[in-house]
Amino acid sequence: MEQQNQQTGISENRSSSNQENTTPSPIAAALQREHPEWIGEVVEALGETTITVLREHIVAVCSFLKTAPGLEFNFLADLCGFDRGPEEEPRFEVNYHLFSTTKSHRVRLKVLVNEDDAHVPSVTSVWRTANWHERETYDLFGVIFDDHPDLRRILLPDDWQGHALRKDFPLRGYEPYSLE
Amino acid sequence: MSALAAQVPPLNKELMSTSVVNIPPQFEVVDRPLDTQMTISMGPQHPSTHGVLRLELVLDGESVVKATPDIGYLHTGMEKLFEYRKYQQGIVITDRMDYLNPLGNNLAYVMAVEKLLQIEIPERAQVIRVLMCELQRIASHLVWLGTHALDIGAMTVFFYAFREREKILNLIEAASGGRLTPSYFRIGGLMMDIPAGFERRTKQFIDDFPHAVGEFHKLITGNRIFQKRTQGVGYISAEDAIDWGLSGPSLRGSGVTLDIRRANPYCGYEKYDFEIPTEPDCDVWARYMVRMREMVESHKIVQQALSRLAPGPVKADAPKVVLPDREAMKTHMDALIHHFLIVAEGFDVPAGEVYLPIEASKGELGVYIKSTGGPKPARVHFRGPSFVNLSALPHMSRGAMVADIVAIIGSLDIVLGEIDR
Repeated sequence: MEQQNQQTGISENRSSSNQENTTPSPIAAALQREHPEWIGEVVEALGETTITVLREHIVAVCSFLKTAPGLEFNFLADLCGFDRGPEEEPRFEVNYHLFSTTKSHRVRLKVLVNEDDAHVPSVTSVWRTANWHERETYDLFGVIFDDHPDLRRILLPDDWQGHALRKDFPLRGYEPYSLE
Repeated sequence: MSALAAQVPPLNKELMSTSVVNIPPQFEVVDRPLDTQMTISMGPQHPSTHGVLRLELVLDGESVVKATPDIGYLHTGMEKLFEYRKYQQGIVITDRMDYLNPLGNNLAYVMAVEKLLQIEIPERAQVIRVLMCELQRIASHLVWLGTHALDIGAMTVFFYAFREREKILNLIEAASGGRLTPSYFRIGGLMMDIPAGFERRTKQFIDDFPHAVGEFHKLITGNRIFQKRTQGVGYISAEDAIDWGLSGPSLRGSGVTLDIRRANPYCGYEKYDFEIPTEPDCDVWARYMVRMREMVESHKIVQQALSRLAPGPVKADAPKVVLPDREAMKTHMDALIHHFLIVAEGFDVPAGEVYLPIEASKGELGVYIKSTGGPKPARVHFRGPSFVNLSALPHMSRGAMVADIVAIIGSLDIVLGEIDR
């Protein structure tokens, strides 16, 4: 029943806005209307929509955006991390860039993660392409994606110490270099 | 001869048997019959892996049970390096990622910075960007064609493809001074205008190219061996291709009509008349045909761009971002000051974040730039199409033979410089 309401809500929204060119703002509006508890801040800047998603709801939000008629974000274009710096709290951002191959629109989801609890649910169950992106983010930032099927380092060697794209990791690595 | 024969010891049946004898006790000997699975490492020095890709293949006879790509051999920490360089210094790093399509990388990066700065690019610069990018796309596809055919065993195509690519590299060199690493696009426009005579030489290339495409088709498209090696190999359905994030020709080979030049137009691509070639077969052959047809479409776009080329400036009117002309520097005090400040201190980019996708020769090349103000980016991330396309390799190689793996890698057109970054 709830699913039904959800779908009708979005189709109404689409018919009221421009049919052929759904601007990203209705995406945030749809989420805000259907599941306001899932999301936080919504930022519209430079023609891009950024929706901050609460960490525990990221898989639900992604599944919703992927299947909701009128949104159809069936393509995960990119997933990448960002380190705000060791003194910031929450320290890490994980950005999801979603794209719809049918509607040609895009949206950015953002999950904020604390350093001492750097866990994010994996979205590999929604898009399989998330697999390598999440491995890369784990490798370079140390963010752990729960329920990932194969969370190993991908670019750096298995025995690498530290996470290279963190702001406190020196550009040339920790010196002197040692094999011990 | 008899003296030599006398030196050869008689056959020792015991030594020739497979049983293991006289092995020191510290070695653990696993005695397994030969008909079970075997794991072999293909690469990172294997010539058909297009660089330093290593595949861990679990084989049953010649059939692939599981293929696991192992990447990172060419990782040079480019994304880290961006954070320590000024925005304009990042351009030369982008050249070195997908080194077969450096102008595409330049374009994605400078457009992302331009979006953050919100500066407008003059029309002539936009047209030249399109012109150069489409030439680069043909050059990139020519390397793919040559190496893909070479992997499958057709040697001659390689020479024909590289002969044509040479003409494009000469054009790129004439405009930018670089062949492999042009760094031609700058934040706010171009490094400099195209030289006199460039249009004439491009026209000559345009006139010659259809004949060359005909030669490629004659050489390989009708070849029975090539067809048998590619048709029905490396199948990936349209749904799976989208789920795995495939983009570019690899996605269009599965029948999905998606091209970022149409879906999210940039550089005025919406004003150009071109088709988006797709093939329904979802296999290596389909991806081959898509790229062959794409070269013809790029050829069309180059023609249109040449006819659109009107005189005008090639740099935006943004003196705090764009380097002044040499002549202005010698005569105007403010130009000299701006030049000094841009080179010595860089320019401030307002805080914000952008994700800018373009259609590179291999698929969707996305650049994510996060700025917190100041002359250096806080984060630059590249969504490399090769990286994502390669991640679907295990899916595409189910039930394949070892020789098919070579064909599938070739059909994905990967560049390890972009995958490992």
